[in-house]
Amino acid sequence: MICLRSLPLVPHELKSPLSFRTRAQQQHSHPFSQSLRSHTVPHKTLTGGGTATTTVANVALSEHNDLNAAEEEEPLPSELSEELMPNHVALIMDGNGRWAKQRGLPVSAGHQAGARSLRELVEICCKWGVRVLTVFAFSYDNWIRPKVEVEFLMNLFEREIKSQMQKFVRTVRVFQNPNSRKIKDVIGFWRATERYEGIRISVIGDSSKLPESLQKLISDAEEATKDSSRFQLIVAVSYSGKYDIVQACKSLACKVKDGVVQLEDISESLVEQELETNCTEYPYPDLLIRTSGELRVSNFLLWQLAYTEFFFVKELWPDFGKAEFVEALISFQQRQRRYGARIT
Amino acid sequence: MKKDGRSRINWIFENFVTFLRKCTFRVLSVGPIPEHIAYIMDGNRRYAKKQNMIEGTGHRVGFLALMSMLKYCYEMGVRYVTIYAFSIDNFKRCPEEVQSLMDLMQEKIEGLMEEESIVNRYGVRVHFLGDLKLLSEPVRLAAERAMVVTANNSKAVLSICVAYNSTNEIVHAVEKACEEKWEEISLLNASGSGYGLIGLECIEKHERENLIKLIDIEKHMYVSVAPDPDILIRTSGETRLSNFLLWQSAYCYLYSTPVLWPEIGFRHLLWAILNFQRNHFYLEKKRKQL
Repeated sequence: MICLRSLPLVPHELKSPLSFRTRAQQQHSHPFSQSLRSHTVPHKTLTGGGTATTTVANVALSEHNDLNAAEEEEPLPSELSEELMPNHVALIMDGNGRWAKQRGLPVSAGHQAGARSLRELVEICCKWGVRVLTVFAFSYDNWIRPKVEVEFLMNLFEREIKSQMQKFVRTVRVFQNPNSRKIKDVIGFWRATERYEGIRISVIGDSSKLPESLQKLISDAEEATKDSSRFQLIVAVSYSGKYDIVQACKSLACKVKDGVVQLEDISESLVEQELETNCTEYPYPDLLIRTSGELRVSNFLLWQLAYTEFFFVKELWPDFGKAEFVEALISFQQRQRRYGARIT
Repeated sequence: MKKDGRSRINWIFENFVTFLRKCTFRVLSVGPIPEHIAYIMDGNRRYAKKQNMIEGTGHRVGFLALMSMLKYCYEMGVRYVTIYAFSIDNFKRCPEEVQSLMDLMQEKIEGLMEEESIVNRYGVRVHFLGDLKLLSEPVRLAAERAMVVTANNSKAVLSICVAYNSTNEIVHAVEKACEEKWEEISLLNASGSGYGLIGLECIEKHERENLIKLIDIEKHMYVSVAPDPDILIRTSGETRLSNFLLWQSAYCYLYSTPVLWPEIGFRHLLWAILNFQRNHFYLEKKRKQL
């Protein structure tokens, strides 16, 4: 039985003091880690006082959680068929504020619980063969929210990207634990890293309004993960569907002006190439899931949703988990997509 | 004599039902009534199959359902109604079906222009939106004539989307916006005040930003004759937009009902409006914030 706990999470050149602390915490049975031991604990339990937890604790908790997750296999449920899995799933993660209000917590706690939900969904998508996941993290229309909430969200994005970066980067060297040279430990480590390798991060939206530090972090993350090919996570931050189309139009207009493209040649495929979703092989979502019971698109991916199947869920985003995702996939797999033609 | 009696009873009954309906609308109008409703009329063929009718009859029954729905909408005070009659993707269907749909459309368009049609009763102006060049000659001529004949009506607007795709509409708007800017710049150059703008290889960043704006694209959309829809109703249970009003439905309430289009009636519309009203206040708050 391969015990992954004895292995470091990352090879030694990426080691940071944080990963050492994680191992120490495992040995001393940190009180938070008790309740987060396995990722089957329902999302409703909050570790208490979302705003009080520090950056370090967040990172440590998530790493401990993910270590447990790596050990457990996640086979496709029997109700689902592998051939009919959607290539690209889009998510509108609505309901964090309402979730927090229901529990008498500040809105920031809702957003943190939402971030946890997202991490878990990314794991599931990776394991079940979804190739691209696009999430509506922050809309261009959300800038009018209270400044405190917006700043908290920007900090949350920074923390999440930093803590996930180490997992996302593909490890190409065998681990270098001086204490163990056993073959089964080596294989075990490769198995663990294979689950995390191959996640490519892309960020779409008007990044000019984001804080400088976040902009730099995003471009570093995109650069570092650009060669990964197994799974792509597209995060829409400061994004508006109309803005996407307008900027595509602007670049086409410039190309016409510079003579690169003729006016008569402007077509749907040219516009599609200029949209921000041109960073992926599957720009059109097959399935859109919106939580919290609202029945609208709210200016997210307007062009790309032309033939997307919608699935609206009553649960709030922090309560959205594997069971609800399976329900959405079952509904999707039963639909007959005709694209305007007739299927006799 | 018997027939007279029967038709009188029918007349009384119809008027009573209309009276009840108008009372219901009065009650409904205590809350917000949508200004613009969009319909995706899906399920005609499934209906024909279900009722064991011959193919093509489903669409005829669907047309009757459409007339009733329009009547209810205009009685309720909805000013704009948009319907998805025929998509550019539907041309992929077998030629016989496409031809029969075109014939049906031509027949019904000509019916709309008659005196006692719903259009004249409620003062409705009709628009045909889409790439009309893709339609056959007689249908296109009938559509253009209908638009001209109803041009003076001003109480309500009916937008019929034929040979329409939202992505095609956006590309068309982008083309027109580019063309307009090109002409503007050419004019400026011709009058000497363009400073050779076209000849410049690289332009300033702020010039690039201001080249095309959102309103430039919006004004060239086919559907700019009406404001954005407040509620989009799709029948037959599918929850997808199928390339209809993608741009305009950004903040629209999407309502999907499992009933097939020819079976739709007053109670479905009522339920859709009640759901819309429940959701409305939240939406208005968001809109005001924008």
